[in-house]
Amino acid sequence: MPSNVTAPHTLLLIAVIAIISFILRAAPFILFRGGHTPAIVRYLGRVMPPAVIGMLVVYCFSSIDFTDWRAFVPALIAALIVILLHIWKKNSLLSIGAGTVAYMLLIQFVFKG
Amino acid sequence: MKKGKMSKTIRRALRDTFPIFAGYLVLGIGFGVMLAKAGFGTYWAAIMSCTMYAGSMQYVAVDLLANAVTVGSAVLMTFLVNIRHVFYGVSLIDKYRYAGWRKLYLMFALTDETYSLVSTVEVPEDVDKNNYYFFVSLFDQLYWICGCCIGALMGNLVPFNSAGIEYAMTALFVCIFADQWLSAGGKKLLCGKHISAIVGFGATLVSLIVCNVLGFEYFLIPAMVIILVALILLRPVLDRKEEDYAE
Repeated sequence: MPSNVTAPHTLLLIAVIAIISFILRAAPFILFRGGHTPAIVRYLGRVMPPAVIGMLVVYCFSSIDFTDWRAFVPALIAALIVILLHIWKKNSLLSIGAGTVAYMLLIQFVFKG
Repeated sequence: MKKGKMSKTIRRALRDTFPIFAGYLVLGIGFGVMLAKAGFGTYWAAIMSCTMYAGSMQYVAVDLLANAVTVGSAVLMTFLVNIRHVFYGVSLIDKYRYAGWRKLYLMFALTDETYSLVSTVEVPEDVDKNNYYFFVSLFDQLYWICGCCIGALMGNLVPFNSAGIEYAMTALFVCIFADQWLSAGGKKLLCGKHISAIVGFGATLVSLIVCNVLGFEYFLIPAMVIILVALILLRPVLDRKEEDYAE
């Protein structure tokens, strides 16, 4: 454990993060637990999944520094590898594993700063 | 008969969660290695993956724990990173309505990956839906705990250059996105069924760029507002498309 950190405080932080995460996940179920869910909410529930995945893709890329080509080029190459492999083989283990390993190799050996 | 249905449900859940098994193992290892490099023992990885069980939040939490931040900052950070989970429940209110005793766990275990499977999967007739959702959620968490602990052990015992391993999360969502795109379009590369995916991707990208220019850090919140408004405005178009799905 790092020297500035104590076990009780770490446990407290973990508990806080766990409780907030649970509240956020449970909120809609508690809010709409009555018999009938409004039609607009049901519609949103139906069309939202692909939009949320699209959002998460951008969210994942948001931590990458796009002003430094050594940072974003490997990320884009690795994403292209994932997509092409997935179109070709449709095997998620292969696509995710190869994309991650490709990214690690690219930033460690090819595009190192 | 009943026993046969149960084993069928478990087998089906195992089969469908295989991509998540792959993603969570890599992603969990990435988290475990990071936690170990920050100076925490393996049991912390076990505690966190059992109680928080949140992919990206656990990555963020490594920083929070290592810097021993205040409870207030932990609350705020969790809220901002996980507010998107409010979206997920909205899609699953009807699916989880009759889950009974399982519901508490289903709500707790509703991660990005479990959501992406449960919200899109077609459960076959001969499989019990509620048990299926339960086993999918449970197996996913078990994969995650295994990945986190393996990673923490590796990080504490094996010296290796783990730079870039956090890309597993990006690869996972790019893969899910590609998968949904291909199955929504059938043979077509671009069609009306891709509108929602484009809205989500486009709105978040625009929000990210604008927030970067304005120096506002939490671009996910405006992105979610734009997505909500856009989907509500597109309802006349998308509701018809949905009827096409249903035949």
